[in-house]
Amino acid sequence: MTEALILEARGLTMRFGGVTAVDGVDLKVRPGELRCLIGPNGAGKSTFFKMLSGQLRPSAGDVVFKGISLVGLPASRIARLGIGIKTQVPSVFNGLTVAAGVTLAARRSLPPMLARARTDETLARIGIGRLRDRLVGELAHGQRQLVELAMVLAPQPDLVLLDEPAAGMTADEVSRLADLVVELTRSSAVIIVEHDMQFIRRIARDVTVFNCGRVLAEGPAGQVLADQRVKDVYLGKEAA
Amino acid sequence: MDYIVIIVLQLAVTVANLALIAAGLAIVFGMMRVINFAHGEFLMLGGYAAIVSHRAGVNLWIAMFVVAPLVVGAVGAVLERLVIRRLYGRMIDTMLATWGISLALIGLVTVVFGNTVSGISPPLGSLEVGRYAIGRYELLLAVVCAALYGGGWLLLRRTSFGLIARGTMQNRTMAAALGVDPGRVYAVTFAAGAAVTGLAGALIAPIAGVVPTIGAAYIAKAFITVISGGAAIIAGTLSSATLLGSINTAFAFAFSPVLGEVALLAAAVILLRLLPQGITGRFFRKSL
Amino acid sequence: MLKSSLGAAAVALAAVYALVVVPAEGQMTTMINGSVYASYGILALSLALIWGYGGILSFGQAAFFGLGGYAYAIAALNLGNTWAALVIAVALAGASAAVLGYFMFWGRISDVYLGVITLTVSLILYRFLNQTAGDEWTIGSAPLGGFNGIPSTPILTLPGLPDEPLSPEQIYVLAMGALFVGYLACKLLVATHFGRVVVSIRENEMRAELLGYDARLYKLGLFTFAGALAGIGGVLFANCVFVSPNMFNLQTNGQLIIWVIVGGLGTLAGPVIGCFLLLMLATFLGTVHQGGGTNWFDPNLVLGVLLTLVVVALRKGLLPLAIAGFDAIAARRGQRGRLARAADPLVCEPQAE
Repeated sequence: MTEALILEARGLTMRFGGVTAVDGVDLKVRPGELRCLIGPNGAGKSTFFKMLSGQLRPSAGDVVFKGISLVGLPASRIARLGIGIKTQVPSVFNGLTVAAGVTLAARRSLPPMLARARTDETLARIGIGRLRDRLVGELAHGQRQLVELAMVLAPQPDLVLLDEPAAGMTADEVSRLADLVVELTRSSAVIIVEHDMQFIRRIARDVTVFNCGRVLAEGPAGQVLADQRVKDVYLGKEAA
Repeated sequence: MDYIVIIVLQLAVTVANLALIAAGLAIVFGMMRVINFAHGEFLMLGGYAAIVSHRAGVNLWIAMFVVAPLVVGAVGAVLERLVIRRLYGRMIDTMLATWGISLALIGLVTVVFGNTVSGISPPLGSLEVGRYAIGRYELLLAVVCAALYGGGWLLLRRTSFGLIARGTMQNRTMAAALGVDPGRVYAVTFAAGAAVTGLAGALIAPIAGVVPTIGAAYIAKAFITVISGGAAIIAGTLSSATLLGSINTAFAFAFSPVLGEVALLAAAVILLRLLPQGITGRFFRKSL
Repeated sequence: MLKSSLGAAAVALAAVYALVVVPAEGQMTTMINGSVYASYGILALSLALIWGYGGILSFGQAAFFGLGGYAYAIAALNLGNTWAALVIAVALAGASAAVLGYFMFWGRISDVYLGVITLTVSLILYRFLNQTAGDEWTIGSAPLGGFNGIPSTPILTLPGLPDEPLSPEQIYVLAMGALFVGYLACKLLVATHFGRVVVSIRENEMRAELLGYDARLYKLGLFTFAGALAGIGGVLFANCVFVSPNMFNLQTNGQLIIWVIVGGLGTLAGPVIGCFLLLMLATFLGTVHQGGGTNWFDPNLVLGVLLTLVVVALRKGLLPLAIAGFDAIAARRGQRGRLARAADPLVCEPQAE
């Protein structure tokens, strides 16, 4: 291998019955890279994420993370290898407090004292320290997104997958999230699925465009977003 | 040769028995996703309805084929109204509430009829195959069972009621938007499931006898048969009844009837580990 | 934190009453009934733990109760050493739970199927043991006895004195003591990291997996622990009654579910309280019906109606209702009961199902 890759997907394919949701996708991600996945609804972005995180087992193809093939591994094992995912619909522990949930995430790799410290640090970093003793189920949608993000970041994964993290957030929260994501790339690689073009323009360096389960275009944000085909399938709708 | 014939007949009877006791449960669980823990007691009530009305002078066949389904169907309709209807969509609460109903029915029947075994001897005598014999009545059960499942298939496939029922089970909201009253479909389905269970209970009563607590002997087998079958209620229940019935018969012949039952239940546990979605989760997927 | 200290005080009071006051009064009937209640109470505790905290819906938890009892009886008859038999019985109950749990959790079958499978296993054992009346069903020097069970089960002896079986009073103190120790052990378990992971799996299994916790392993651990706990209940039951196939039957499993539901799912003390109250009720109903004639107080009828009513009308058991009432009063007095609850990371809401 000439260039160091943290993640490489080769011909990754997912079929549900007769429908091919993801069709032979190749993707290469370097350590510390920030990659945006965009594309219309149903392009297969979330399905692609689910294969990376072990929630779905690919029908064909392979994913290699830090030199280990992830295909067939249970989700918990993949998480322990260092992949954290924020799912599209916030997946949190509604019956626990914010601090309890985040501590649980940190505690997987840390002894109790350090886990508590990591929790405080993570909550402060994301700016939700004041919510720490609230029950997660009582929070607004955008706040729950942030709680989930805190749980994902607390174990300090090497690869962070964020599926529409800005949905349901206030403008203020979105801007803080953008700063956070950029800062995150100092320690982790980040792949992010997002519809909010403001957000993408603000953070993106490299963009991969999905359409109908395939990669339509890939490259630096400015270049890809100017591509006519991309505008046709995606931005045409957004601009209207 | 005789031995083989008798084994095949015995197998058919065992499979039919399983398919019969599971039929009503398959209707209610397969179509409504309601786990009815009082299923065993519905079978018990069917048996009592047939025996009590026969003793009161009703013709045996009318008691079994008319009185028992009507009585148990009515009980089912009332319970659907009072309890089940309030719990749709809350699967676990439904299980618990029907478990309560199950205990209450055991208690009620004990109070009324006492905790003693009642029975009637199976009619029709027995069929001799060489040195062996098998009850003609038991063979009749296999025929009735086949007719029941055939009729069910026709009802679901070929009638407008079947179409409405399948549609409602698939997508309740959509059916409601199309003008179907899902509440009524559910009520009718539950009562129909209860009536079929009553019939099955009456049919097996001459073989097994009835006691207030006899439901416990059926409930596990019925559940296991339906669940092992998977989503397709007719093909699934029939295929799992065949598989589990064969295992039961094999062990019963080789060792003892009780070990046959133990093997049946153990096989079902292992089957669910191998096919968590049931048989029709993997095979015969497109069937009913 | 006021509430948890009140709870602890209530448990301590109950322990003093059961372990000091009752033995001092020396009422034999109370103590014999109390031993039976306590052994069932441990069984209730085991279901309260796996269902209320782990979200594992075991409808056949009595299987491990019965296995523990039978294993104790068989081992004690063969070995002569009752304490070794106890250890073997508890280990066997735990190991059986582990094997069954492996099938269920690695098969990833859903709640409802899990309930049916566990119940089926219990009923398999019931039917199997029921037909073991003949002489060929003897393990070593222990006849299984079919429907009659093993009335000759040896009683636990004083440790180190194999010829001195414990008196009924001593069995009572042992059973009650075991119930309280079991309760504390469960309380401690749910406060550990393991316990928190288990609760988080109940809350959201996929999220727990995505955080790196293998839900199957944690559920298996909890289920095994609860199986061993139920086994202890079974051993105590064998010592104050005797083992019979009825330990596995539908009625025992049904009653167990009722205790947990009526007492309150999501708590540990509630199901034990439910168990005691309903067993007292059943004993009472049994004594009401001495006059002959039609008995409308059939225990099955009463319990069945009660269970249906609690599920349809109340949706919460007695202890959660009492706690909610306490909260309402506290809130009216200006205490911030709700915040105090939120600050306790282990508050367990009953499942939303």
